[in-house]
Order: sequence, then structure tokens, then C-alpha cells
Amino acid sequence: MANQSRRNFLKTSALIGAGLTGVSSKPAKAAPNNILDENRMGVLVDTTVCIGCRKCEWACKTAHNLSAQSIESYNDRSVFKNMRRPDDKTLTVVNEYAAKGDDQFPVDVKVQCMHCDKPACVSACIVGAFSKEKNGSVIWNGDRCIGCRYCMVACPFQVPAFEYGKAIQPEVRKCDFCFDRTKDGKLPACVEICPMEVLTYGRREELIDLAHQKISLYPDRYVNNVYGEHEVGGTSWLYLAGRDFHELQFPKLGTNPAPGVSEAIQHGIFAYFVPPIALYALFGGVMWLNKNRKQDEHKEANHE
Amino acid sequence: MSEFIKPTPMPRKYFTPTVIFLSVIALVGIIFVFARLIFGIGTVTNLSNQYPWGIWIGIDVAAGVALAAGGFTTAALGHIMHKEEYHLITRPALLTAMLGYTFVAMSVAIDLGRYYYIWHPLIMWNGTSVLFEVGICVMIYLTVLYIEFLPIVTERFIGRVNLPGLLKKYNNSVDKFLRALDRGLDKTMFIFIIAGVVLSCLHQSSLGTLMVIAGPKMHPLWQTPILPLLFLLSAISVGLPMVIFESVLTSRSFDLKPETPILAGLGRMIAPILFIYLSFKIGDMVIRQTFVYLTEFNTASVMFVIELVLGIIVPLRLFMSPQIQRSPLGLSIASFLVIFGVFLNRLNNFIVAYTPPYQFTPYFPSVGEIFVTAGFIAIEVLLFRAFVMIFPIVSVPQIPAVHKTKFSIRGAK
Ligand code: SF4
Ligand code: SF4
Ligand code: SF4
Repeated sequence: MANQSRRNFLKTSALIGAGLTGVSSKPAKAAPNNILDENRMGVLVDTTVCIGCRKCEWACKTAHNLSAQSIESYNDRSVFKNMRRPDDKTLTVVNEYAAKGDDQFPVDVKVQCMHCDKPACVSACIVGAFSKEKNGSVIWNGDRCIGCRYCMVACPFQVPAFEYGKAIQPEVRKCDFCFDRTKDGKLPACVEICPMEVLTYGRREELIDLAHQKISLYPDRYVNNVYGEHEVGGTSWLYLAGRDFHELQFPKLGTNPAPGVSEAIQHGIFAYFVPPIALYALFGGVMWLNKNRKQDEHKEANHE
Repeated sequence: MSEFIKPTPMPRKYFTPTVIFLSVIALVGIIFVFARLIFGIGTVTNLSNQYPWGIWIGIDVAAGVALAAGGFTTAALGHIMHKEEYHLITRPALLTAMLGYTFVAMSVAIDLGRYYYIWHPLIMWNGTSVLFEVGICVMIYLTVLYIEFLPIVTERFIGRVNLPGLLKKYNNSVDKFLRALDRGLDKTMFIFIIAGVVLSCLHQSSLGTLMVIAGPKMHPLWQTPILPLLFLLSAISVGLPMVIFESVLTSRSFDLKPETPILAGLGRMIAPILFIYLSFKIGDMVIRQTFVYLTEFNTASVMFVIELVLGIIVPLRLFMSPQIQRSPLGLSIASFLVIFGVFLNRLNNFIVAYTPPYQFTPYFPSVGEIFVTAGFIAIEVLLFRAFVMIFPIVSVPQIPAVHKTKFSIRGAK
């Protein structure tokens, strides 16, 4: 009897192990796109030429059917009084930072999703609703999203915004790099409209070269740093500025990809499901030994 | 046969003043849940694009999972380590875990923007997502808990099936079915018990990995790559205190004598676990040199010190004292401190430590959030009381006490 249950025990444990490993081959297929193509595109933002006309805000809204007001109303510069962030109805905003000395101009900074090369949102999303596409865009797939907002917890730039006001089908909104326009060969709406050519759309690699050329041509105009070249493993959107980036409220971030540590831990714990199965076997073994020990003790006790 | 202490249903009057008070809280909570479902998350909560997660995740889910750890720690102790003397605490702990995880799942559901898609992770997988792993583990574990509870249901109804009215003629077949179910469960229960412990170890630790990806958004006092280990250790260390605390409360509310010898036995095991947890927490602080942040005086540093001193060091000292180990009151105070400490730790990790780079208004839970959380806890307590009355959960001495339990581990015969 005891023998049989031991055999059963081993058999079932083996079955469970097999079941779990069988399952482990699937997620690879279901995982979202996370492509790092060498020809991926990007945008170089030269904040030193931006005049804060906010036409990009208008163009972005119009391109995404997010009821924009008349283009004239965007001339209103009073919005610069407060720092603003992109939200569910505005995917990009321009903030203005006051001039430091008399001889300087105020600095205007356009803000939107950075389209990270190693995006935290793609790594974090529970159902793989985000994907990094071949052309560099990080986009969101509304059919999958369950609204858990873990992407917002994960994003180091605090970009994704949630439609808190909606009870049914709330969306996570952020700049999608005008994926639907670039697919058809059009420029991103903000890039197209910008009257000062602040925004340069191109291959990310070339943009980085361009940025460094500009810096070496005009060392007085720019700080010697391209924000986005190395931050959190690199981003598709890159910035040039005449002032320290932290004064312009760019977050201080290291060069390691944002999802790096958590993915390493995750893969350590779940390396081909070996650790969980080993744990299962270990507990099973301990249980079996203890049970037998107890039974032997009982038998002895009964004999006396 | 030596059937002296046996789990028995407790037929009592259900409604007491406390129960009525709890019911009112539960009702208000439910009203807010409906408001959230009808008007959306924004109307009921203070969540924003800066603070995407609030107390529904920090308390209901994170602390809820940790405080339901009694289920897997007692299963490991009673069934895997095969310490038979502790079998009589496994049932209340199992019930707590089952109810606890049920409400964790419900809290997740109402916090999801699209709650009706809660099943998506089952078919849409993302292997790199920690949340995905936590979600799947919790779903499976909840199922395992229900299965582990089934034998208690069969035990209650076998030979006592009494369907009303027309259904009477099925009494026999239902009884037969229950017996077959019971036999089947008896043979296979060990599979579920081990699975439950493994799944718990996995998701208790992964719950800690959740916030790792928030990187610099999280205060350095808490943000560490060993978060999963700290979460696992703290979950293990809060398991037994939860059982002790609950057992004392149950004894009081049903006028039973507390199981002091058994609770003392449990109490002796807590100090070493707490000590290991404390060493890792301090070691982590020393290695990452985060103690410099303790010299600043702000919410984070104060909360961290409270968590460390009141939640770990004081109860550690208490559990080491033999007087405390012998007194139910002492044990429950020390246990309460551990529970408080782990509760605070989860709250700190998920809410206090979270500092978004662009902050406009600091987060404080809204009235709605607080009432929903309180309401869920109230419903849990009410259900616990109801279950204890209906099912054989709490062990009571049948004839003068000798510590020996009737049931052995299922499937281990
Ligand atoms: S900035 Fe945030 S939302 Fe945009 S790609 Fe990076 S992680 Fe994702
Ligand atoms: S809110 Fe949606 S997109 Fe964001 S992590 Fe959750 S499921 Fe993914
Ligand atoms: S790329 Fe498109 S979506 Fe992004 S800010 Fe520009 S216009 Fe808006």
C-alpha cells in the first residue's frame, strides 16, 4: 500500500513537471513585438530653436482626432505659467523655462513619449499590449489592454496616461510616433507642422551623428550631451539643449535599460521553469521523508 | 480511537453588535464599488497619471497577499514537515487564505480599468512581465485553495445531505458523489498541497519584483534588487503570527480556551524567521549604504524606521521571551506587531516609496478608496465567522484534552 502510493506520488510529480515545461514554450510566441531594427527612426529635438508656438500640440491633436481648439488659440502663452504633462487628451505638450540671464532666451521643451529602445512599458505590460515596432515606434494595442496601469508604474519618463473618467473601455494614451502616418510614408504630424524645424525626423543613428556635429560646430550654443543617446539604454527621441537637462526637468536616469533588473530577476526565478519544478521536487521529497519517518515511529510505538 | 480535539462547526447566534457594525461598513463599501463600476475609477479614487496605483493595490492586493501567508506556512509546517500537532491550525489558516485571496482577486478586478478583461492574461502572455507572473500564480493558487478546502465541505455534508422539497430524491446520489469526491481528493491532495506552497513562494517573492521596474521612481530605502527575497521572507515571517492572532481572536469570540501550548510552539518558531528577515533588511541597507537617507527627516524615513523597529525588532525581542511565549495576550500583541510591520512594509513599498518624477498633488486615498478597502475587510471577517459556524474549521476538545488530531495528511496513508 505504502509502496504504491509512493509510486503514484512520483508519477504525478513527474506529470506536473512535464505539464509545466510544456507550457513554458508558449509565451515566446505570444510575446509582443520588441524589435530593435538598426534602421529604426527617431526625432532630434533642438530645444534651442523652439519658439513655443505650440503648433505641434495642435497638429498632434488633429492627427489623433482629439478635439483640438482653433489653431489660433494655441498662441496663448499663458499656459506656460504652469508646467504641464501629456495626458489622455494631449499626447504632447510644450513647456517653457524662464531665461536665466538677460542675454538669454527662455527655453521651450516639447514633451512626449521617448520611444525607448528598451521600453519599460513593453516589458511590463501584463498582456503584451505595448510593442516596439521595426520603425522605432512604441505603440499600444487597445484590444489586449486590461487597464491595470502597470505600464504607468514602469515608464521612467512618466508618459502613459489613463482615461480615469471612463467606466467602460478606458484607454491608455501616449504619443504613438504617428504610427498610422509613418506607415504610409508621411511625416509625424508634429514634425511636419513645426515652422522652426526644431524637429528632425530620420534614422536614429544618423540623428545621433547630426546631434554631435551640431554640438561640435556650436559648442557655445549646446551643452555637450545628447539626452536620449544613452538614457535607459537609448531612446528614439533625442534632445539637444543649451542648458543642463536637469534644469529643464528631464529626469536623471542611468544608462541601464529600465526593465533590465526586473527581467534578470524574472528570468532567474523562471529559467525554463527549472527552479519552480526543483522547488516542487524538494518539497515533495521532504514531505515523503517526513511521512515515512512518522509512519515508522508509529509502527514502532505500536509494536511496544 | 483517540479523537479528542476535532474541528467542529460552531453553532452560535450570527448577529452580535460587532457583526452589525461590520455589516454597515461592508454595505457602504459595496455602494462605492458600484459607484466605481458605473462612473469609472476617476470618480471614486484619487488615482492620477502620477499615481497609477493606490491603496487598492498597495493594501488590498499587496498586503492582502502577504497577510494570507498563513495558508502556505501552516501547510508547509503541518503537511510537508509533517508536524501533526499543528494540524488543528491548518484549517483556520486555510480558510483565511481562501477568503483572503478571493478578495485579492476582487480588489484587482475593481482596480482594473477594464475589469471585464480580467481573463486576458490567461491567453495573452507576456513572459517578461512580472505582473503577468504574479497574476497567473495567484489565479492558480486561488484554485488550489478552493480544492484544498473541498474536503472540509465533503466532511460537513457526507451522511448529512438533506436537500429541500422536490430535490429530496437526489439526496442519495449527491451523497454518493460527495463520497467519491472525498476519496479522490484524499488520494491526490498532496499534489495540491505541495503546489500551493510552491506557487506561494513564487508569487510572494514576485510581488516584490513588481516594483523593481519602477527604478528611480521608488525611494532608495526600499528599492533594491533583493526585494523579492525580502518579500518572501516577510511573507513567511507573517504567516504564523497571523495564525496566532486569529486563533486568539476566534477563541475569544466563541468563548473557547486558547490553544496556548500549540500557539507557544508556533511562537517559538517566529523569532528565528524574523531574525533572518531583519538581517537581510539591515544587510541590504548597509551594502547599498541607504542608511544615509535615515538622517533626513521626512515621511519616507519615518515610515521606514517605524516598519523596522515596531514591526520587526520589537516583536523579535518579544517572541524571544519565554513569558511572552506562555501568555496568549503576549503572543497576540507580538503577533499583531509583526502583522502591522508587514502591512506597513507593503504600504511603504507600493505607495510611500513611490515618488513620480513629475508630481503635482501628492496621493492620499479618497473616502471611496478607504471605504472599499474597509468594506472588503469587513466582508472577509463576516464570511470567516459564517464559515466557521457552518463548516468544521475550529478544533474544540471533545473529551478532556490530549493533543492529538484525528485527521492526517490526505493522501499520505
Ligand atoms: S517613454 Fe515610457 S511609454 Fe514611452 S516607450 Fe519609454 S517606457 Fe514606454
Ligand atoms: S494598463 Fe493596459 S497597456 Fe498598461 S500595462 Fe496594463 S494592460 Fe498593459
Ligand atoms: S509623433 Fe505624432 S503622436 Fe507623437 S507627439 Fe508628434 S504628432 Fe503627436
